[in-house]
Amino acid sequence: MSESMVQVTNVTKIYERGTQQVEVLHGLTLQIPRGDFVALMGPSGSGKTTLLNLIGGLDQPTSGEVWVGGSRIDRMPSGQLAAWRARNVGFVFQFYNLIPVLTAEGNVELPLLLTKLSAAQRRKNAAVALQVVGLADRAGHKPSELSGGQEQRVAIARALVSDPQILVCDEPTGDLDRKTADDILGLLQVLNRDHGKTIVMVTHDPKAAEFARRTLHLEKGQLLEQSAA
Amino acid sequence: MLRQILAVTGINIRAIPQRWTSSLVIVIGLAGVVAVFTALLAMAGGFENTLRATGRNDAAIVMRGGSDAELNSVLDRASDDLIEQAAGIRTGTDGRPEASAEMMIIAELMRKDDARPGVSGANVTVRGVEPAGFALRPQLKIVAGRTFTPGLRELIVGSGLVRQFQGTGVGQTVRMRGTDWTIVGIFAAGDSHDSEMWTDINVARTTFNRTGSSSVLVALEGPDGLDRLKASLAGDPRLTVDVVRERDYFIGQTRQFRQNIGVLAGVVTIIMGLGAAFAALNSMYAAVAARGKEIATLRALGFGGAPVAVSVLIESLLLALIGGVLGALVAYLLFNDLTVSTMGQSFTQVVFDFKVTPQLVQRGLVIAVVIGMVGGLLPAVRAARLPVTTGLREL
Ligand SMILES: Nc1ncnc2c1ncn2[C@@H]1O[C@H](COP(=O)(O)OP(=O)(O)OP(=O)(O)O)[C@@H](O)[C@H]1O
Ligand SMILES: [Mg+2]
Repeated sequence: MSESMVQVTNVTKIYERGTQQVEVLHGLTLQIPRGDFVALMGPSGSGKTTLLNLIGGLDQPTSGEVWVGGSRIDRMPSGQLAAWRARNVGFVFQFYNLIPVLTAEGNVELPLLLTKLSAAQRRKNAAVALQVVGLADRAGHKPSELSGGQEQRVAIARALVSDPQILVCDEPTGDLDRKTADDILGLLQVLNRDHGKTIVMVTHDPKAAEFARRTLHLEKGQLLEQSAA
Repeated sequence: MLRQILAVTGINIRAIPQRWTSSLVIVIGLAGVVAVFTALLAMAGGFENTLRATGRNDAAIVMRGGSDAELNSVLDRASDDLIEQAAGIRTGTDGRPEASAEMMIIAELMRKDDARPGVSGANVTVRGVEPAGFALRPQLKIVAGRTFTPGLRELIVGSGLVRQFQGTGVGQTVRMRGTDWTIVGIFAAGDSHDSEMWTDINVARTTFNRTGSSSVLVALEGPDGLDRLKASLAGDPRLTVDVVRERDYFIGQTRQFRQNIGVLAGVVTIIMGLGAAFAALNSMYAAVAARGKEIATLRALGFGGAPVAVSVLIESLLLALIGGVLGALVAYLLFNDLTVSTMGQSFTQVVFDFKVTPQLVQRGLVIAVVIGMVGGLLPAVRAARLPVTTGLREL
């Protein structure tokens, strides 16, 4: 297994919009070591989400190679890719994306339905994950009964529960106030520092980026200088 | 895989209350299809039951050649006598051939639901019979009053007819073609005779100025009775008659009607079914669209496309099945054992009950499931094919 957690090499992503072709990433190369916490910044439309989706295995590049956690995923068949995501990646979204009809615990348990764990074991792991994010007492609440910050914590617990190597976060604090955002970012820091999770986080917020170990700037589909935080 | 299907299906179904209007479209659409389908075939089935119960295998109807219904047949008095003396006819307890010359007369009666005065009534059959007519129909029982007295203008009335027409109770008077008749009894036979009024054929002959009859009903002697009767009648140059086994006669009378109902049920079901299928399709597309982000999230977490598709299909089937059960229930509650009368092929009223049978309900539910399947399939495929990244971009 290589030293780097993420190795993106000469990646191009072209979207087809009707007859038009839009090249969003132009021969982008990026390496993220294991245990890193990277903030990805850049103007709207610069391709941040596109890049993140490639790293998380939600999408595949038009050309170039994507290696994550020792697996090459840029040409992986979609079924295999889904199974790979379930084992290796935790996703955190700007709008939490919790399932409204499920309780916090039910949401956190979802990824475990893809494992061979027993119901009791699933329940236990979900409880542990909720404890890590400080929401053990809200296990039975539905998303509609939680605040935005609490919802995002549940989402982070869901991302953690199957113990992935990497967390992929697209503007995780974009919908939260300063104070709540700082709490969430602090939590991500803890997960990075104490639990050894590699984190890639897209953000528009320079203050949020300060929580990361380093910040990458994406502009018009290309990486600018790398600055250490 | 099964675990994924169960989980996604559970999520879908628990979310139904949040979009119950579009789910209701499927339920109601299918309820309508199944209710109409079941009701139409319950009607055909009930009608068939009633006529199937009419007529024996060991009796035959003799009519004038070429007339396919008793009402169209006319036999003169001489023919009546010749027919009753033919071979193949069983001898009754009185030592005479067990045969009844019968005359059919059409009378007009007011239906109970036509309360307005001056409205023209509906046609009912008056059957004039000979005494053997009762022996030939042992299932016929007097349930109220008494039987008619030969020689008097008295009528006994079928129980089905009593339920449907005004002024047909015991003791009441019915006016037919300018003559008054007293109803002295009510009979029940459990077959199409329940829609008739009976009297003495001789009284009918004199009152209505006729001589012969419409048909002669005879009991057949032995298994080859029909063949012997046919041969005997065909061998007599004075007679031109048709001989039909009694049961075959009644079944034949309704063939056209049953076919029409079958075609009608088919056409109506197909038209309504198409409508319901499109409504289901539309609703399920809407459901899938409304859940785009949720589906994308599940896919991002690693759920497969197949469980997502299957769960959409299950939801559609479930809603369709609920609608189907509801429709069958409505048909059962509204129509089962409902007594109606209709124009028989011989232009008289036949009273019968709708029968909502388990087989009908089963067929209705199969139709519901098929429509649910058709309506859910394409949306299911779309749900599975939805690109994850596109779904995630939805707000
Ligand atoms: N599925 C798609 N089809 C066509 N074009 C797309 C698609 N997805 C993204 N794009 C385009 O690619 C470009 C980059 O989009 P992307 O979402 O990666 O930007 P972003 O940096 O995440 O922006 P934001 O900060 O607004 O989220 C945009 O111009 C966008 O319109
Ligand atoms: Mg973005």
